[in-house]
Amino acid sequence: MPSMEFLLATGIGAVTTCGLWLLLRGRSFSVVLGLTVLGYAVNVFIFAMGRLWRNAPAILGQGGAVADPLPQALVLTAIVIGFATTGFVIELALRSRHDNGSDHVDGHEPGTPLPDDAGADAVADVRAEVPR
Amino acid sequence: MSWLQTHGPVLPVLLPAATAIVLLLLGDGSGSTPDARRLAWGRRLALGSALLGGLLALLLMKQADSGALTVYRLGGWPAPFGIVLVVDRLAALMLALTSAIALPVLLYASGGWDARGRHFHALLQFQLMGLNGAFVTGDLFNLFVFFEVLLIASYVLMLHGRGGPRLRVGLHYVVLNLAASALFLIGLALVYGLTGTLNLADLALRVPQVQGPDAVLLRTAALLLLVVFGFKAALAPLSIWLPATYAAASAPVAALFAIMTKVGVYAILRVHGVVFGDAGAAAADSAALVAQPLLLPLALATGVIGVIGALAAGTLAGLVAWLTVASVGTVLAAVGLYSTAGWAAAIYYLAHSTLIVAALFLLAELLGAQRGAAGGRLVPAAPVAQPALLGILLLLAAASVAGLPPLPGFIGKLMLLQASASAPGGAALWAVLLGGGLLTLIGLARAGSIVFWQAHAEPAASGVPGASGTPGTPGVLAPPRGLAATGLLIAASVAMSVWAAPLLRYAQAAALQLGDRAAYAAAVLPEVGGAAARSTRPYTGRIPPAAAPR
Repeated sequence: MPSMEFLLATGIGAVTTCGLWLLLRGRSFSVVLGLTVLGYAVNVFIFAMGRLWRNAPAILGQGGAVADPLPQALVLTAIVIGFATTGFVIELALRSRHDNGSDHVDGHEPGTPLPDDAGADAVADVRAEVPR
Repeated sequence: MSWLQTHGPVLPVLLPAATAIVLLLLGDGSGSTPDARRLAWGRRLALGSALLGGLLALLLMKQADSGALTVYRLGGWPAPFGIVLVVDRLAALMLALTSAIALPVLLYASGGWDARGRHFHALLQFQLMGLNGAFVTGDLFNLFVFFEVLLIASYVLMLHGRGGPRLRVGLHYVVLNLAASALFLIGLALVYGLTGTLNLADLALRVPQVQGPDAVLLRTAALLLLVVFGFKAALAPLSIWLPATYAAASAPVAALFAIMTKVGVYAILRVHGVVFGDAGAAAADSAALVAQPLLLPLALATGVIGVIGALAAGTLAGLVAWLTVASVGTVLAAVGLYSTAGWAAAIYYLAHSTLIVAALFLLAELLGAQRGAAGGRLVPAAPVAQPALLGILLLLAAASVAGLPPLPGFIGKLMLLQASASAPGGAALWAVLLGGGLLTLIGLARAGSIVFWQAHAEPAASGVPGASGTPGTPGVLAPPRGLAATGLLIAASVAMSVWAAPLLRYAQAAALQLGDRAAYAAAVLPEVGGAAARSTRPYTGRIPPAAAPR
């Protein structure tokens, strides 16, 4: 029976691998997914740095064993920041898809020339005038 | 003034945060462009706040110059457990430098850039909050939080005044930074897992004590952090993203970003220079000095790449962006010497290069705006309307970047040459520094001669404006606010030469203070007499470290 440490370590490794693979794709949707998955792996990793405990509260004063409370506080902060930045990068990817006409991370399909920058600017300006 | 002295370290963070919130409440209208009256009030508020922040930074600098470390315990928690803010000479100098960049940038932006998108001033204040926080914090996780604050503000500022190309590089910039943040968290968590602390003072005491297999892991953590900070600082080979990003950002934003690379340099100096730099009491296999063999060669490579890029740049903004990379290479080479003289040179050159790069970004746009359809592209185009004025500004800035006497760039490089004369790798550093200076001069002379001398008699009627910059109108004079902002930055840089003696003394004292880890620990950890608090590693889960079987 594999230990809890082994399961957790391989789990984090597998999720990180998936995240990195997705991060290196060419479409912005995969990249956003990759960032999210990588974020999950990182969060569990931070949590695991407090070591694995069973039946131990993160509060002092009970007399028994106490789980390290700091990684739990750190991971909460990391989750909040990761959530906010993911929201931003999704909006940014959508906007890039709209203004550049391609969801490739380079803003144009591979093998095609860069979009005419003046044209892209003009599109953005026209869109800015449309009341929302 | 005792209240101000007690709460001094937290005010540079709170002031921009409060200003930003007031600016958000003030809003800027509901249309796609800001409402004129609200914008005018926003400008006043932002400028007033930045002025106040500048005065505060000068006050802190004066206080720090007495040699005192001002420690602020947030919430009154004792040091290794709560978060501390520490102002020493270097932190105070960085705060002053941030203000010295922010004021001209605000002045420049109120010339019209802040009206091309929404919430410019609020975002800029949030960015200042993140910058100031990163400089004063004495806690590694808190450093991460302030990094995120300044980054998320920079993501939006980077896209300010939208457009296809800016969105394209903006997406790269954001995704790369988010990946770097993930690495930062992994490094951070490893450091905590192995040492049981994230407080920089406590960490500096614990790192030399970690031995055996734990030391190998700690070395990995330190190098992960070096990757992250190196990415922010644009250390080769992680510098490829910078030129495209900075060249695509609007001029005031790029000028403000000039200090963002320096945040990375500052973090490398704090973490790899100070925390992981104590070889004195360290065991042979400890993680101390892990970055030393890497930093100098990588920094020299950064310098070479930066200068070559500057020679090949096709636009003025691109040229300045590559020079930013080159200047980071010079500063990090000085940091990589791991000596007091080297660090003093690094601190002086860092301050100078930030000011001058910011000035050059503003100047590049002022020049591009007068060159007709060509904009900032380095091709013969319409003559510049104010060749004498802008030419002198460019000459001053170029001479200082290249390191010609009597400008501060020369003083900084001279300090660095002296510091490295007998150090290992000194010969390579001399070659890169002197050769780089010459090539920088050639690159800038090429740009200057194209802009000022290879002008058509008649302005080009039409052309396709490229990603290279906003097309300008020939014959239009530079806006007075833009000129004033650029002039201020260059004057500040020249002032660094005029008052070189007190500044050099300050830089040397700051470098000495950085090396004095015992004094730092004594100031931050008075409860345990400046020694490491009782270690919680290996973690047992028991309050008295009794042998409790799991």
